[in-house]
Amino acid sequence: MIRLERRPEPSKLWTAVTPVLAVLLTMVVGGILFAFLGADPVGAIRTIFWDPLFNPQFAGFTRPQLLVKAGPLILIAIGLSIGFRAGIWNIGAEGQYIMGAICGAGAGLAFYPSESVLIFPLMIVAGALGGWAWAMIPAVLKTRFGTNEILVSLMLVYVAENILASVSSGLLRNPEGRGFPGSRNLRQWDAAANLELIPDTGMHWGVVFAFIAVIGAYVLLTRHIQGFNIRLTGEAPRAARFSGVIPARIILLCLGISGALAGLAGFFEVSGPAGQISIDFNSGYGFTAIIVAFLGRLHPVGILLAGLLMALTYIGGELAQLMLNLPGASIQLFQGMLLFFLLATDVFTNFRIRIGTGETA
Amino acid sequence: MDLSSISPTLLVASIMVSATPILLAAIGEMVVEKSGVLNLGVEGMMITGAVVGFAVAVETGSPSMGFVVAALASALLSIVFGVLTQLLLSNQVATGLGLTLAGLGLSALIGKPYEGMRSPTLPRIDIPGLSDIPFFGRVLFGHDPMVYFGLGLVLAVWAFLKFTRAGLILRATGESHDSAHALGYKVVRIRLAAIFFGGACAGLGGAYLSLVRVPQWTEGMTAGAGWIALAIVVFASWRAGRVLIGAYLFGGVTVLQLNLQAAGVQVPVALLSASPYLVTILVLVIISARGQHGAPASLGRPFHASN
Repeated sequence: MIRLERRPEPSKLWTAVTPVLAVLLTMVVGGILFAFLGADPVGAIRTIFWDPLFNPQFAGFTRPQLLVKAGPLILIAIGLSIGFRAGIWNIGAEGQYIMGAICGAGAGLAFYPSESVLIFPLMIVAGALGGWAWAMIPAVLKTRFGTNEILVSLMLVYVAENILASVSSGLLRNPEGRGFPGSRNLRQWDAAANLELIPDTGMHWGVVFAFIAVIGAYVLLTRHIQGFNIRLTGEAPRAARFSGVIPARIILLCLGISGALAGLAGFFEVSGPAGQISIDFNSGYGFTAIIVAFLGRLHPVGILLAGLLMALTYIGGELAQLMLNLPGASIQLFQGMLLFFLLATDVFTNFRIRIGTGETA
Repeated sequence: MDLSSISPTLLVASIMVSATPILLAAIGEMVVEKSGVLNLGVEGMMITGAVVGFAVAVETGSPSMGFVVAALASALLSIVFGVLTQLLLSNQVATGLGLTLAGLGLSALIGKPYEGMRSPTLPRIDIPGLSDIPFFGRVLFGHDPMVYFGLGLVLAVWAFLKFTRAGLILRATGESHDSAHALGYKVVRIRLAAIFFGGACAGLGGAYLSLVRVPQWTEGMTAGAGWIALAIVVFASWRAGRVLIGAYLFGGVTVLQLNLQAAGVQVPVALLSASPYLVTILVLVIISARGQHGAPASLGRPFHASN
């Protein structure tokens, strides 16, 4: 008989081992999946995880993509992880990302074609505020009425998508675009373009902000009283209330941070890699970031690594689509599977496995 | 703008059709939550049901077969959630989200070859005489069997929870799993059964979308229907009868906004398309402002028998 015995504290060793174990399990099961799809499993796994970084033929093109994709994922996941730590489930980051992009681009385009150096900072602030404001809707509804933030934040994703469709063919449409939907291309406007800072690295302002967010979150969670309050709220809500933590303030803080970071990610994407507001400009980073946050163990440094890994699966997935004709959706399933395996192996972190019916020593 | 083009008879009839997928998913999820489990993977199970139902119906030519296999496939997927949360004691919120993300990926993968195809759809049951009664004939009769199945299921779940011993045990498990365990009930087994039922219902709801309501397969076609089903359970205060009201209310908003779009009302299309989601938020706010009524006390809490 196999029994689970709760550990007094989560195992530090297993906390670090389970993500690696989950990745390995995903590779094995993913390989089997690819075999069923008629691809060579070893070749497919190598195409996804190895070739984007080390293949002499095209690693030069794909390597910079790593930071381009990891930047928004890390930025969003850092914000989400702070909320998840406090038991506040913002799963509408995709909507906040869209609103950040719309507000950032909109604020800049209002001054087109000005070449002032203040345009870009203004857009950054507007992007962060857009995401923040969109996250404040579930936050205020939760603090005022106790409305479930999971459902509200998610519903707002669909609302944001409708707003995106509306502005890209209306308010923000490129007046010189011959009536096609989509805004002006921000990459072609020097004052607003978020271009590569160092050539051939993929490093743009969004990646810089992602790194700053990692450091900021680390300091907040380990060195600052609010970070302590956030962790306390998540682990022992009653104790938090007794020690004078006001739950409403934590809710506003957590959703505010995650919304602002998601908004920033959206803005940097629209002014850089994407270039313009268009109907389908959002690509699901807001949802993938949830996996990144968990895979990184809700820890800033872990999220940095998990973001890079997840970016690798994106690039590898595209490569596998091109080279091996694997369906693009299989990589989405791959990412979902990764989260499943992580959650499954987490049983080792929180429990000891005891075999036999004997009394515990 | 021409509002006279909207026929009240057709409007009510199409509300019943558009409410059915959410009704099926919501009533299943309500049973799951009544047992004390919060499964946020409804969207993932629904879309899996949608694609599997469609694929099977296309391959076999039988929509009924599609519904059966869709229910099985989604139930199977829900068992993954069940094993993770009940046996491996993972976080229910995170696992449910994972189920949705994986379901969306899985469905896109399965559905790729079926895009743009048409499937056989369910025939309407026309009862000569009854269906010809003005207004009521068209509204009450002449739907496809799944509409009546959904209504029957609501009635059955209501009776099961209210009158049967098994229903009482299920509710007890959801209110206090420790007490239920102390009384000798198998908490994990009961919850797994509830999760399985919820998965099957979500699968039926999804298959209804792809086989009857649309009837076609497009990637991501559930468009948040699973999440709305979750919201309806909250709106319904975990009561079967109110799930029916919630689903019809939502179906009404969906159909009405489509009709208004078609009639060319001077309201931005984006606002109309977003209205079902906005109404859901509004309803959630109104319900929560009145206080949490009827949420099972153990909802979302992991159960681990320490001895």
